[in-house]
Amino acid sequence: MPEELRIRVNGRELAVAAGTSVAAALLNAGIRGMRRSRTGEPRGPVCGMGACMECRITVDGRAQLRACQLRCREGMEIEC
Amino acid sequence: MAKPEAWDVAIAGAGIIGCACAAAAAEAGLRTLLIEAGVPGGGTTAAGMGHIVAMDDSPAQFALTRYSQQLWQQLAPELPRQVEYERCGTLWLAGDEDEWRLAAAKREAYRAQGVPAEMLDARALAAAEPHLRPGLAGAMLAPEDGVLYPPAAAKFFLDRARARGARLLAGECQRIEARGLRLRDGTQVAAGEVIIATGTRAAELAPGAAIAPRKGHLLITDRYPGRLHHQLVELGYLRSAHALSEDSVAFNLQPRLSGQILIGSSRQFGAATAEVEPAMLARMLQRAIEFMPGLAAMSCVRAWTGFRPATPDKLPLIGPVEDPPHVWLAAGHEGLGITTATGTAALLLAQLTGQAAAIPYTPYLPSRKTEAVLEHA
Repeated sequence: MPEELRIRVNGRELAVAAGTSVAAALLNAGIRGMRRSRTGEPRGPVCGMGACMECRITVDGRAQLRACQLRCREGMEIEC
Repeated sequence: MAKPEAWDVAIAGAGIIGCACAAAAAEAGLRTLLIEAGVPGGGTTAAGMGHIVAMDDSPAQFALTRYSQQLWQQLAPELPRQVEYERCGTLWLAGDEDEWRLAAAKREAYRAQGVPAEMLDARALAAAEPHLRPGLAGAMLAPEDGVLYPPAAAKFFLDRARARGARLLAGECQRIEARGLRLRDGTQVAAGEVIIATGTRAAELAPGAAIAPRKGHLLITDRYPGRLHHQLVELGYLRSAHALSEDSVAFNLQPRLSGQILIGSSRQFGAATAEVEPAMLARMLQRAIEFMPGLAAMSCVRAWTGFRPATPDKLPLIGPVEDPPHVWLAAGHEGLGITTATGTAALLLAQLTGQAAAIPYTPYLPSRKTEAVLEHA
């Protein structure tokens, strides 16, 4: 069993396996829309490798970070 | 070869200046041809920040920028949404007491010309822009300044010109000929008047035009709505005038309607290539972060460069060339071509059609004696 850690997503606590990317953790939790486009459409990861910019979220108050390029850390606060 | 069509006016260059001139010429009832080798509005126009500002480096600059700004304000109701015109105002930031006095003097200079301006003390400035670093002395607010998206503004003028019968021709102007010009592919364009609006390359068609390219870097962030409300410019450069030859950076931020923040600025003479120079970009960003520390945690979407068409006395060339007759210049606007596109078109067309101009145009005549002035950042 991989080590587990806890993150908070929009105030809800999630347990995820260590090493999970934030994008994967959100997808596993059923969250596919990670941001809104300028016209209000939900957007989520397309490429999963940092190029498409569609999975941008706010982590610990820092906005516009790519969920697919970050690994989950204990206590991470995510807003999406 | 088919008989060349005769135009009243042929304009070389479809940047914002050429497009604005084309719109004004077409509106004056002139049969107008606009000639562009690349994408209309795709050169210096697309590379710039897009301020609509009053600038008071010299009385002539103040007169032209303010007049042009008022013309933009009259156009505002007609500008499509894509132009993203927003009257956000400029805050001229005073870092210390000395600069606060400079800001107060600047306010008086604005007032003397009837240009609205007001002083914000340290507390009022912090309330207006909470993400600025603490400890600034205050600012002068020029509430009528604004920003827009320059390529879309150029397209607005182009569409306007075309709606009044102007045509756009893809081609590169090679040289001026009697009553017209010749394109590189050999095409001859017959025109009663020729307007050269090719910016940094104007001297290729108008030998002797004292215009030198001046490189600048810009960077735009991802969207951070609500972080910035006004255009911000540092006053500091007024005190530390830079020599014309020296590379310099100055703090300049713009809020865009998208929530993005446009970060400038740098100035370099003699830079031969358009590539982004990491050292220059780093200096520029360092300066920006000194004023607004939160920028350091923001994501950048793109950094790029452009070349301003700079003249020795910081004023554009608007009017007839000394020789040959029927050839006009509308070029050399350095970093103010977006603002002064409206005024340039109005002053040039007034001269070309023999109408009265709203402000004196003599300070911008290409035949004036130019002397280099000390350069700000």
